Amino acid sequence: MSSLLGLTAHQLQGLLEKKELSCAELVKAHLAKIEESDGEIKAFTRVTREAALEQAQAMDAQRSRGEGLAPLAGIPMALSDNLCTKGIVTTCSSRMLENFRPPYNATVVEKLQEAAAVLLGKCNLDEFGLGDSTESSAFFPTRNPHDLQASAGGACGGAAAAVAAQEVVFALGSDAGGSVRQPAAFCGVIGLKPTYGLVSGYGLIAAGSSLDQVGCFTRDFTDGALVLESICGADVQDSNSVSSPHTDFTKHLVNDVKGLKIGLPKEYIEGVAPKVKTAYEQAVAKLEELGAVCEELSLPHTKYALPCYEIVLAAEASSNLARYDGVRYGLRVEAEDVESMYNKTRGQGFGEEAKKQILFGTYVLSAQQYQDYYLKALKVRTLIKQELEQALEKYDCLLTPTTPTVAFNLAGKGKNHHGRGGVQTHGLTCPASLAGLPAVSFPFGKAQGRPIGLQLIGRAFGEGMLLRVGYTLEQNTDLTQLSPAVKGER
Amino acid sequence: MGMTIEKVRSVADLARIELTAEEEQRITEALQAVLKQTEALKQVNTEQVEPTIYVRPLQNVFREDEVQEGLVMEEVLANAPETENGCFKVPRIL
Repeated sequence: MSSLLGLTAHQLQGLLEKKELSCAELVKAHLAKIEESDGEIKAFTRVTREAALEQAQAMDAQRSRGEGLAPLAGIPMALSDNLCTKGIVTTCSSRMLENFRPPYNATVVEKLQEAAAVLLGKCNLDEFGLGDSTESSAFFPTRNPHDLQASAGGACGGAAAAVAAQEVVFALGSDAGGSVRQPAAFCGVIGLKPTYGLVSGYGLIAAGSSLDQVGCFTRDFTDGALVLESICGADVQDSNSVSSPHTDFTKHLVNDVKGLKIGLPKEYIEGVAPKVKTAYEQAVAKLEELGAVCEELSLPHTKYALPCYEIVLAAEASSNLARYDGVRYGLRVEAEDVESMYNKTRGQGFGEEAKKQILFGTYVLSAQQYQDYYLKALKVRTLIKQELEQALEKYDCLLTPTTPTVAFNLAGKGKNHHGRGGVQTHGLTCPASLAGLPAVSFPFGKAQGRPIGLQLIGRAFGEGMLLRVGYTLEQNTDLTQLSPAVKGER
Repeated sequence: MGMTIEKVRSVADLARIELTAEEEQRITEALQAVLKQTEALKQVNTEQVEPTIYVRPLQNVFREDEVQEGLVMEEVLANAPETENGCFKVPRIL
């Protein structure tokens, strides 16, 4: 059944509908793949084997009665372990939540259940989503399926690697500054971060609340549109979520970019590795050949995005992570009085990267530093947002590299990875997050055996345009479809 | 104005996080580097610029004042390290 692996949700749906394939076969094939590969890749923190098999059998029974033909019905998928799943341990890759069984589902989990997708397990990430390599996970780093020496990226590296390794067909993660797009780029899959508010954040364990947005990892743009259609929509549980009139995403999957204006912000190319730049230029040439009008522009505030993002993220994370106090849920380290209990619980429950972020956030929010750091960052955020919005009045979307280089090496067992600095490789992805704009990373060839990712940034609620441009590239080049990441491939 | 080990200790105290001596050292160095990087923001003229706290211009969001099912108490308490009579229990405060 290995030929099933690597197919997209829409391809598999066709086979399921024609009864050439049962859900049970499909789920078993993916569980077998997990068993074969995940000892090495370590994309999963937990595999929900029994529940998945049970659900697949129930789906087959439904199908034999002519029910259950929703677009994602029976499709094997995974969730980043910062999305709450009722009764299924949700760790956020932290010792703090090692035994946490949420009493409710995240809204996106409810929606995927309605769409009848089959959950195969929960995926590794940087602890509480704070990092860019999964190396701050309390459990283990995830390896890149294209090259086991390389990082899968982060924060949601596990979910990206699970899709790239063909262990699942699609996965959900969260993106506060690049945590979907950067691992998607490193692992050679599509990573879509929607407009802030398009998808409910209820049940997503909070890190940077004004930035966090649930996004998806898929193998092609059609699946991206299908998954997004299934998870979007306003939610009474999340007052930041909105009902957008533009949610018929599949209708934007048209092979045509004629006359579209695509902006090429030059600041995003500065300091980018030569092979990434070459891939980028190839994509530009292809779009021009297909009739798009590509034009260079300048976004001079881009270089301030990373420091701005680091301050905002740390400030919000320090506030969000204050809830882990050893009282209501999560780890408690016993002590003689309540204050020592807090100190010891948080000292032992959080890893070093999370501690660093909390301390930095507490510092920039302190009365003496607030004006100089936090308030300053919020004002710079306004300028970055305005600059991007103004550019997008003129252009239908922007094209940039997703990351300046291909995946970096994992630091190796026992070695200190902290010197890498947490979210350093989110420099080209965080501007769209600061502005709340939709963006998608897609593969475009490889360098030294490691995937190259390019990024499209769109107008608020303009996901359709990103899907259209991406789909057109996908239909007209082989570079967006990387050869499957095979065990041991270099 | 750099980061010092004393400042890290004081912030860790505010954030209720016990640090080992090695962590104090490493985190001080890491935060020195992060702070240095954020210095760049000082070059940006932000006079007359409003801060962006949320990206979308949302006002208060209301819902109908209707009674709804909430979470089940037993399920919520099941995750607590210590409970008594349907309450969360903490170590003695007084």
